[in-house]
Amino acid sequence: MTAYLLKRLAIAIATLVLASMVVFAVLEILPGDPARLMLGMNASADQVELLRNQMGLNAPLAWRYLHWAGGLLSLDFGRSYTYSVPVIDLVRERLAVSLPLALIALALSTIIAIPVGLFSASRRGRAGDTVAMGVAQLGVAVPNFWFALMLIYVFAVWLRLVPAGGFPGWGAGAWPALKSLLLPAVALALPQAAILARVTRSALIEVLNEDYIRTARAKGLPYRAVLWRHALRNAMIPVLTILGLQFAFLLAGTIIIENVFYLPGLGRLVFQAITQRDLIVVESVVMLLVAAVIVVNLVVDLSYAVVDPRLRTRQ
Amino acid sequence: MTLRIDIPDETFRSILAKAFGNTAFVAGFVITVLILAMAMVSYVWTPYDVTKLVIADKTQGPSLAHWFGTDHFGRDILSMVMVGARNSIAVALVAVGIGMGVGVPLGAFAAARGGLVDEALMRVNDLVFAFPALLSAIMITAIFGPGAVNAIIAIGIFNIPVFARVARAGALAVWPREFILAARAAGKSSTQISIEHVLPNIATLLLVQGTIQFALGILAEAGLSYLGLGAQPPMPSWGRMLFDAQTRMVVAPWMAIFPGMAIVVTVLGLNLLGDGIADILDPKSRRQR
Repeated sequence: MTAYLLKRLAIAIATLVLASMVVFAVLEILPGDPARLMLGMNASADQVELLRNQMGLNAPLAWRYLHWAGGLLSLDFGRSYTYSVPVIDLVRERLAVSLPLALIALALSTIIAIPVGLFSASRRGRAGDTVAMGVAQLGVAVPNFWFALMLIYVFAVWLRLVPAGGFPGWGAGAWPALKSLLLPAVALALPQAAILARVTRSALIEVLNEDYIRTARAKGLPYRAVLWRHALRNAMIPVLTILGLQFAFLLAGTIIIENVFYLPGLGRLVFQAITQRDLIVVESVVMLLVAAVIVVNLVVDLSYAVVDPRLRTRQ
Repeated sequence: MTLRIDIPDETFRSILAKAFGNTAFVAGFVITVLILAMAMVSYVWTPYDVTKLVIADKTQGPSLAHWFGTDHFGRDILSMVMVGARNSIAVALVAVGIGMGVGVPLGAFAAARGGLVDEALMRVNDLVFAFPALLSAIMITAIFGPGAVNAIIAIGIFNIPVFARVARAGALAVWPREFILAARAAGKSSTQISIEHVLPNIATLLLVQGTIQFALGILAEAGLSYLGLGAQPPMPSWGRMLFDAQTRMVVAPWMAIFPGMAIVVTVLGLNLLGDGIADILDPKSRRQR
């Protein structure tokens, strides 16, 4: 088990280092000179050269990579060209919107999907299962941003229950802030819940065919107890895998959803930074998201061992 | 895991009979054919010209003259949905082609070689998976310029590791079988075996994954063009139409409803088709139903 943990950890770190090299290299070969971009078209070549030196853009490639990567490790991401503030401040401010959004969406998706999966698997082939899986099939096909538009139409334009977009900030109180995150979270969560419900159902059905389930039933355990204690626990591994993958999906999904709802989150920040060629912001946020994906997948891998004791003893 | 050997007792006719009895397959097939037909028809005929702006007819609700209503330039939404289908299908289909064309040989090669080659290829795969696909697609299209071609490349790149993974997993299950051993004994090279024996045996898996990626490609293209990074105006695209609709939700909700429905129906059709194919050709999943 320890060997397995160490191997997973080593792979995660290696992936992270390689990813940072890829991000750095991609942004390095981009057309466009950040110094020229900052000074505008009328700046003289000398001025641009001076700024390039100040920004450290003329240093050797390897040195600049190390400098940048070292900065990332000490949470010094540099300064944004367009906002003229340290990137870390931008990130911190935006994370206060995106992180709660992603977490609410993930929680919503799990809370909806697991009971639906349980319901469907225990009524396999019957009307309830067919309806639930039909809805899930539809949910998978719905683009989250279109669903968001429909939610806005119904709940903001028509019923006027929630704002159509924007974010008052946490300073305005928890409830107004949460209220403006509600529709975006639902829009992000439902398509994910549809996928998760399908996976939960098929994983459960696989497990319910196992001999030990029959044994548990034969020794007189009620069906509900078998379903929750024996089946669900054994079906958790594929469910956790999908949850881990969905985290990456949710992070990327926030880019579009935050644009739909005009939320000042990380996704909107990185999208604007890309279109404005604010490369320092782009590379920092992309690295942050990639690191989050890698860490979450590592946690998911490790959680297999918590869920399934057999994996703990296996060499 | 027990090793099960499938005896091919299924004739083409029996598969066909099974296909027509499978609701998901029939529904998916009909929807997909209809959408493809709609895209094809749009090349020769649309109810109205999608490039012609008729300001007098702007933002009209659905009527007999304009079934899906008109947009803020007076263009017919039905015609735009029809032409938009072309763009979505072309982008998603070519992206699947890229993913299969590069990913399948890589996956098959990794499975055939095993050892370090396999390990290295799979680590590269992990690396690509660490990047949220949509984020990278946004970066690629924003950097190299928005447009249908760059959208294809951006979506296609992220199909590669998916197909590599599926092809590798499928191939690994085929390699220990007896007929592979026989082919080796007959002196065939591993490349020959991969092409002649492994590929036909994983074709179903690839076909099913192909329909899934096709559907995901449609969604991804819609997302990119919604952000203004896909096909450029005046070429209509479903995502772009939704973007235009957003600020006009109050006065013209149909501008958002119909292009979105087009996406949902297309993706639903493809997913049903994939599920149907998997059901028909894979006895294991059939048993579970």
